[in-house]
Amino acid sequence: MILDGKTPTGPIEKTWDKHRFDMKLVNPSNKRKFKILVVGTGLAGGAAAASLGELGYNVEAFCYQDSSRRAHSIAAQGGINAAKNYPNDGDSIYRLFYDTIKGGDFRAREADVWRLSQVSNNIIDQCVAQGVPFARDYAGYLDNRSFGGAQVSRTFFARGQTGQQLLLGAYSALSRQVKAGTVTMNERTEMLDLVVVDGVAKGITCRDMITGEIKSFWGDAVILATGGYVNVFYLSTNAMGCSVTAAWKAAKKGAFMANPCYTQIHPTCIPQTGDHQSKLTLMSESLRNDGRCWVPKKKEDCDKAPGDVAEEDRDYYLERKYPSFGNLAPRDIASRAAKEQCDDERGVGPGKRGVYLDYATAIGRVGEHTIKERYGNLFEMYEKITDENAYKRPMRIYPAPHYAMGGLWVDYNLMSNVPGLFVLGEANFSVHGANRLGASALMQGLADGYFVIPYTIAGYLATVKPGVITDEHPAFKESKEQVQADIDKMLNIKGKKTVSELHRELGKVMWEDVGMARSEVSLKHALQRIPEIREEFWNNVNVSGTGTELNQQLENAGRLADFLEFGEILATDALHREESCGGHFRTEHQTDDGEATRDDENFAYVGAWEFKGNDKAPELHKEPLKFDNIHLAVRSYK
Amino acid sequence: MNLTLHVWRQAGPKDKGTLETYPAKDVSADMSFLEMLDEVNEGLIKSGKQAIVFDHDCREGICGMCSQVINGKPHGGQDRTTVCQLHMRSFKDGDEIFIEPWRARAFPVIKDLIVDRTALDTIMQAGGYVSCHTGGVPDGNAHPIGKPVADYAMDAAECIGCGACVAGCPNSSAMLFTSAKVAQLAVLPQGQHEAKARVKNMTDTLQAAGFGNCSNHLECEASCPKGISVKFIAKLNREYIKTIAG
Repeated sequence: MILDGKTPTGPIEKTWDKHRFDMKLVNPSNKRKFKILVVGTGLAGGAAAASLGELGYNVEAFCYQDSSRRAHSIAAQGGINAAKNYPNDGDSIYRLFYDTIKGGDFRAREADVWRLSQVSNNIIDQCVAQGVPFARDYAGYLDNRSFGGAQVSRTFFARGQTGQQLLLGAYSALSRQVKAGTVTMNERTEMLDLVVVDGVAKGITCRDMITGEIKSFWGDAVILATGGYVNVFYLSTNAMGCSVTAAWKAAKKGAFMANPCYTQIHPTCIPQTGDHQSKLTLMSESLRNDGRCWVPKKKEDCDKAPGDVAEEDRDYYLERKYPSFGNLAPRDIASRAAKEQCDDERGVGPGKRGVYLDYATAIGRVGEHTIKERYGNLFEMYEKITDENAYKRPMRIYPAPHYAMGGLWVDYNLMSNVPGLFVLGEANFSVHGANRLGASALMQGLADGYFVIPYTIAGYLATVKPGVITDEHPAFKESKEQVQADIDKMLNIKGKKTVSELHRELGKVMWEDVGMARSEVSLKHALQRIPEIREEFWNNVNVSGTGTELNQQLENAGRLADFLEFGEILATDALHREESCGGHFRTEHQTDDGEATRDDENFAYVGAWEFKGNDKAPELHKEPLKFDNIHLAVRSYK
Repeated sequence: MNLTLHVWRQAGPKDKGTLETYPAKDVSADMSFLEMLDEVNEGLIKSGKQAIVFDHDCREGICGMCSQVINGKPHGGQDRTTVCQLHMRSFKDGDEIFIEPWRARAFPVIKDLIVDRTALDTIMQAGGYVSCHTGGVPDGNAHPIGKPVADYAMDAAECIGCGACVAGCPNSSAMLFTSAKVAQLAVLPQGQHEAKARVKNMTDTLQAAGFGNCSNHLECEASCPKGISVKFIAKLNREYIKTIAG
């Protein structure tokens, strides 16, 4: 099947404005008759729920945390991009558009990226109006810095806590709507199924995580803003609760999963220390603005204290390999380069899986005070975790799974192929292509939530009669029974292995075989191992407690069950894509000097998978990508 | 290292609750406190017992979800550290560790170490925002904000809403939490028009939720993993006086 992204035609600069005008509107007095369910209350979901509530829709929002303020968007540190050109360094909407398309290795839809770039400026204004304390200069104007993958300073930031401040902005807007009665919040509530009636999304089934009660919620439209799936690797930078569950349950009800193999491995994480590790901690990419990456040139120097390695014996490999971008090379390139150094046995620290990020030169240039001003909290965080002072000794970093560029397929209106089901932020596949540039996840989440969905959902709702299908419909009962049956099944296995043990096993396969560099051999191995682990899960997992109480083991078991199905589709996608592209690197497809080789002739499309059952191969649907404005070119950062 | 844990176990809000003792063996100094508890839980599950439940999520010290009183101190009492960022290297072999939930009337225990902090959201809903609609706002540079003001607002905005200030306070006051939001928005041009209504609504809600008053013990600041200063409570009081003065 050829998928239609419903991209507006005409000059790219006019696409969004034209589309906005062409879409139908919902009469203000009719808006309150519609009920919209918003699952996930991070940047995308929180912004969407607040904006839709403001417009007068009847919104019901859901999150698994105890408060919407705790969504994992809060942990993003570095900043948010916008094409304001305040620093007068040549930025423009077109340049942000260009950088994003190129940075994503030409695997995103042009019109979507244009829109993102266009509304990026509104986001900054909106957040300033909410009281987000962005960094300012002494004259009182907004400050900017540069970020990986860009040669202009277009990143707005709030110390090292930009994600936190933007999320709190969205959360405060949401709080205002809760008070106003337009939004009802359901905290500690996890979505466990999508209810589809006659092919249209009409509601969700949830578990109340305190009482264990399985509940139905109906809505005239369902919005998923449930984040990414990289916890499929077990160790990642995501919060412990981040899962693929909501998106995967939607996929099992017919929504296509697009480009699942595009996962981002972030270059600046704190290296793993041992098997007890539960997650990895990301250090902001902004650190690469001033830090210089190096490893010893000689293997025998790797055990020495970094200060004892002479300047001429250090290999500043990013500056050597990519002279024009240097330490600011995009994430996929910086990650792969770090792995190469360690594979070459020149890694440092415990286990030799680490490279140095050195501030000595920057401290010499601008002084420790300025570095502290810029990155103080990151240095503190690093010291807490590693017990090392990075002002005195270079940090050690290593890549870790961080972000999902793939996700549920959506058209230009952010609607999936299941009518009535919209997907926002990291949960969809739309704008990052095969690689996400720094400081653009926050931008996408807020663009989708504040400035896209409020318009596009109206276009859909104008075609629907509100409140016709409610939770009285038999599909809701059926969904509840299925969810309950799955829970009972997991609780009754009473096997020998814990959920964490099995998740670690899955994670090991995913990281080794489906991680930063993959081959046909490794992917086939993964495709053999994943069903085996899934089989063992359903026969030998031990989930303690009952279903009618707060039961974290049960929550984790359900999430792992979904990762065990989703992991297979991720590996299947990686195997079919015979090219190297962005965050997806197939070792069979590289140049002599190890750079990724893309195949535009055969793979310039979005690969969207239709789930057909665990024992059946998923079906691939393609959406061809056209590049009318930016010519397909080899992505070079040299 | 080998440790002895005394952990608060409570089946539900109506249950009486009790401290139970568990050994934690072969603990690595590099583990975080929560990773140590994960390991203890693995052992409990394997021996057919119920795992200890505790709130946690980002494990990066920013989401504010983790909440444990360790040896009488919220988040373990290490300067500017959440439980998830507390590492086992700060303990020694043979230590006895007491782990309890936040204790405050406004934070009822849900189970074991998990408490209900909804009251903090209720305070935010009473006025912890600027009443702007999405879109149609002026350019971000239209109202210059001097760096000292922006920095002051940022210092206040760093609050992660974990509730350690409440847990540390002998009066279970949520004054530090509330004052941080009030102070942030009170100094910015965007928030000033509704500053009086904000402080009144938020403090009224604070009292109605069952939090105590501030009597200047400064335990909130000492407990805060983000080092939020009590100077914001002074600011809150000044803002409050303005509402009385009209």
